[in-house]
Parts: sequence; C-alpha cells; structure tokens
Amino acid sequence: MAEFVQLSLVPMVIGALAALACALPGNFLLLRRQALIGDAISHVVLPGIVIAFLVTGSMAATPMLIGAAAAALVSVAMIEAIRRLGRVEAGAAMGVTFTALFAAGVLLLEQSNTAGVHLDVEHALYGNLESLVWFDAIGWGSLIDPSALAGLPPELWRMALAAAAVALALRLTWRPLAMATFDEGFARSVGVPVRVLGVGLVVSAAVAAVAAFDAVGSIIVIAMFIAPPATARLLTDDLRQQVGLSALFAVAAALLGYVLAGYGPLWLGGTHSVSAAGMIATVSGLFLGLAAAFGPRRRRAG
Amino acid sequence: MAWDVVFAALTLQAGYNAAVVLIGATLLGLSAGACGPFLFLRKRAMVSDALAHATLPGVALAFMALVALGGDGRFLPALLVGSALSAGAGLLAIDWLTHRTRLTEDAAIGAVLSVFFGAGVVLLTLIQSMGAGRQAGLEDFLLGSAAGMLAADAVVIGVGAALCLSIVVTFRRPLTLVAFDPIFAATSGINVRAMDRLALALALGVTVVGLKLVGLVLIVALLIVPPVTARFWTDRTGVLIALSALFGAVSAAMGTALSAAAPGLPTGAIIVLTAFGLFLVSFTGSPLRGVLAAAIKHRRTAVRVHRRQGLLALAKGEPIYDRMTLSVLRREGLLRRDGVATPRGEAAAADARREEARWAIARAVFDADGRRDDGLTPIDAVLTADQIAVIDQRLNTLSAV
Repeated sequence: MAEFVQLSLVPMVIGALAALACALPGNFLLLRRQALIGDAISHVVLPGIVIAFLVTGSMAATPMLIGAAAAALVSVAMIEAIRRLGRVEAGAAMGVTFTALFAAGVLLLEQSNTAGVHLDVEHALYGNLESLVWFDAIGWGSLIDPSALAGLPPELWRMALAAAAVALALRLTWRPLAMATFDEGFARSVGVPVRVLGVGLVVSAAVAAVAAFDAVGSIIVIAMFIAPPATARLLTDDLRQQVGLSALFAVAAALLGYVLAGYGPLWLGGTHSVSAAGMIATVSGLFLGLAAAFGPRRRRAG
Repeated sequence: MAWDVVFAALTLQAGYNAAVVLIGATLLGLSAGACGPFLFLRKRAMVSDALAHATLPGVALAFMALVALGGDGRFLPALLVGSALSAGAGLLAIDWLTHRTRLTEDAAIGAVLSVFFGAGVVLLTLIQSMGAGRQAGLEDFLLGSAAGMLAADAVVIGVGAALCLSIVVTFRRPLTLVAFDPIFAATSGINVRAMDRLALALALGVTVVGLKLVGLVLIVALLIVPPVTARFWTDRTGVLIALSALFGAVSAAMGTALSAAAPGLPTGAIIVLTAFGLFLVSFTGSPLRGVLAAAIKHRRTAVRVHRRQGLLALAKGEPIYDRMTLSVLRREGLLRRDGVATPRGEAAAADARREEARWAIARAVFDADGRRDDGLTPIDAVLTADQIAVIDQRLNTLSAV
C-alpha cells in the first residue's frame, strides 16, 4: 500500500483535478457549439511553452504557464482576425490558426536544442502523469505528515488551484452564463454582458487547458472538454444535473483510466503499464458510447 | 540552410530516392488541395481533423498484426489499410453521434478525435512494451517525415494521391453542385448523400495517404489551408479548385525539399508553414478580398464621401469642422488654409449642389434606379442626357417660381 501512495495516489488526484477543471467549462462550450475551441487551445499551447523556454532558458513553471496563456490569447485573436477581416468561416479559420501555430511550435522545438531537457512533442501530447510521484511518502500516514506533504509535486497545487478557480468562476457567473448560453438574444435584452461572458468562458477554458496540459498532456484536455459533458447531456435535460454528472464522469474516467493503464496490463499478464493519458481518454469515450446507446435523453426533443 | 540542396531537390536532381519522394509529396499536395474545397464549402473542414487523429489506433493495430504474423511492422500499405479502417470507424462514430443522438457535429468531432487518439496512444505504449525499438518509425506518423523515406513508400503515397485526384476530376461537377446548393443539386437528380459521402471518402483517402509524410496532427492543414487561401483570389469554383490544388502542391513540394536539405526539420511542420505563408500573402495582398485591398477601398470611399459632403457644405455656406473633410478639400486645392473656398472649390461646390438637386428631381420623377442613388454616383452615369435635360427644365421652372 505504501507503494500505491508513493506512485499512484498523486497522479490519480492530479488526473481527476485536471479532468474536473476541463469538464466544467466544457459543459458550456458544448452547449454553445464551441466544443472545438478546446481542441484549438490545446494545440497552440505547444508554441507558447517552447517560446517561453527559448526566452527564459528554463523549464520553470511560471514562464511556461505565461507563455501558454499568451499563445492561447494570440490564437483566439488570430482566429477572430481571419474570420472577420478575411471573411473566412469560423471552423476553417480555427483550422488555419491552430495548425500553423502548432507547426511553428514543432519547428521551434526541433531547432532549439532541447535534447537536454524533457520537452518534446510526445510529452506535449501525452503528458507525464505517471512521473508525478510522491517520493517523500512512506504510506497513508504521510498524508498527515507535514514534512512529507511539503514534498508533494507542485503540479498538484497548481492543478488544484486552477480547478478551484474555474469552478468558482462558473459558480459566480452561473445564472447569466446559463441565460446567455440558452438564449443569447433574451440575455442581451435584459442587460447580461453576453460578449464579456463569452470571452470569459474561453479564458477559463484556456486556464484549465494550460494548467492541465502541463500535468497531463493535450489528449486528456481535449477529451475532458468534450466527452464527460457530452455523456451527461445524453442523460439529463437539467443544466445543474448535467454539470454535476459531467464532473462525476470526468473524475471516474480519470481514476478508472489510471488504474486500468497502470494495473490492467499486469492483470492480463503483461509486464509494462500503458499510457495513462490515453487510457483516461479511452475510458471517457466508453462512457460516451454507453450514454449514446442507452442514455434516456439521447434523442433530440421533438 | 543549403539552398542549392533545396534547389536540387526541387528540380529532381538530388538522386532517385529524393526525386520519387518529391513527386509523391507533390501529388499528395495536389490531391489534398483539390479535395479540400468540397469540405471547406460544406463547412466540414474539421471533420478531416477527426479522421486524421482517428487513424492512430488503426496504424498501431496493423503494426501489431504484422509483427504477430512475423512480418516487418513498417510495411506501409498494410499500415495504410489499418489507418483507413480505423478512420472509417471514426467517421461512422461521428455520423452516429450526430444523427442518432442530440449531440452536435462539433461535439462528435471533438469526442471522436480525442478518444480515438487516446486509444491509439495506449496501443503505441503497448507496442513499446512488446519490445524496445520495434515501433521505430511509428512516431513518424505523428509529425511526418520525408527524411529517409523509401522510394517504395513514396510510390504508394503518389499512386494513392493520384487516385484521389482522378476521382475529384471525374466527379467535380456533382461535387461542386452539392457543395454550393444541395437542394438544387437534389432537384437536378444528383444523389446528395452519395456525393457528401464521396467528399468525405476523398478526405479520408488523402488523410491516410499523407499520414507518413505530413503526420496525423497536421495533415488536416493540407485540406483546410489551400482552399481558404485560394478563396482570396477567386469567386469561381473551377478556379478555386485549381488554385487550391496548386497551393497544396507548392506547399508539399517546398516542405519536402526543405526537410530533405536539413534532415532535422520536421517535414509536416515545414509543409504546413509554407501553406500558411501562402495564406498570409493572400490574406493581406489579394486584390479581390485581401485586407490591404479592402482597406484601400474603404479609404477611397471615405475620401469621396467627405469630398462630396464638404462641397455641399461649401455651397450652402455652412462652416466645416470635420478634420478629414478639411484635409481632403485642401489637398485637392478646393479650400484655402483659412477655410475659404478657392475659385475651383466654388465651381465644384456649385456642381455638387446642382447634382444634388438633379438627384432630388430624379428620385421623384423617374423613380429611376434607386439602387444607384448612394449620394456618390454621378447622375449622368445613370440617366441619359435627355432625361437630365428634362430634370434641368423642371429645376428652372422651380427656381422661377
């Protein structure tokens, strides 16, 4: 059991927090038909962190996060500029932007000699959830041992902070956001700042994506933005229930996926574990498949 | 950067292998550029992104099957069949989620993209644990690589791309009709569903064929960026498709040649950045829809409006305060620095006033071509000399009264 606390507990908690932070804003992105924004954001984070690395020369977390956030903002600005000035349809504008930025990130990465540090495209895609171990832990007792707690990976606190911030932002703007999501015209007519809310939603999605990206890679980010909210949407018509259920599915996918990736192959007689990030995304997909086949609210109304 | 090496590669002088790879890449760019407009015009560009990511489990499974059968896991045709099957499964999943549940298409695309890709990553790590080093080469499918590509693989890519291209050329008419006006296409006896499926099948074909060269993360750019770029230069579909194919081919060829000259450069990224460079040039510089052209046009209209309004103000003896109006009139020598009209300015103001009066009559009498009555069009561009004479006659009687 000591081994579980040391090797698996922290990654599972981080995975669950990352899933939660992405799934919460994902509900609103889904309802507003902006589901692919998460996809675009998680791609453009790569050039952001590469440029931050080139500028500062270190893998410290703060410049990485600033770089990633700046890249996310640049991409949103680029999409808007191409869409409005070039009169290009939104999906295509997004496709042009994120492929170009991702390609720039890959090129910079290969050109800058980052062989010495752990920064490569595979890392960006799959993250390094398995490596976030808690060296100082010797058992469950370490959870109340201050010196051991001080040795927890910093990613844990960052992810917890991001998840809390996103949850708080949604809680505070719940009513106007729900109104603006379901009936934008009505919301505007009663004085809800629709545009500000829209930008705020994208920003909170970017915060979640950037923080989660650092810990778990972009696959989980995209999967968690979309799959748990979509699953919940097929089960209920009530927004509150949908958000609650999506949080539940996100956490369940993270925990179950991590366990299956870490221990599943061993149960089947294998010797190595498989990618936890990939397995978490797969499990969330299984949930969605089941909901799409059997969910009580899977059909369109009327 | 050794530009002579790039030049040699582009002119097919860098050896047999490099030449075959370049031709394969160019064909791929051509056919991706030709297929792209049909997705772009139907606003389904992002479907191909999901297709590309959905290929990964198929690639991995095909690799495992090949190894299990005792063969070389990197046999490209088998990997392509595997990737086509799994991308096809992804397409069916999108279709199912979009049509059988209440999820919207963008949600279905995102879900399929991430879940299939996640499953593919799981399989990749499984392959890694099967035996170190044996998956070497599968990483190329993520970001693409022309460096060290075998001529045989390039031939597979080239033939596949040429096949897709010939299908586009054969079915260009029904595909175009459906892309622009599905309802009209249906009434003309075209099977819209079949044509939509064909467009997606073509996207799937191009995606699968291009995987090894461009990589599954970026292959979608070859389907999206060239048509968006071409759209800046033309309003005609035939030209759009041809230009898009040309831009695709140029991007693919340049990217391949550059990465052949410097093997460290990731091929897919260079191809995409070349395509993006063409896009930027068109976005800013196109005379038809470019940003610069639009800005110039906007400025010209503004100058004409300010000139006209300024002259009318002069004619009525009203003071002018607007800075732009003042500067426009001064620059043309119609107004002195102290705000008094020059002789030429007075003449122009009288002209403007007469023009305005004529238009007022024209609106009442002829109800003529109201569309052109924007306050800027000279009346003799719309009405005949006889009609203007009638108007002037009226004007004279009015002023006599």
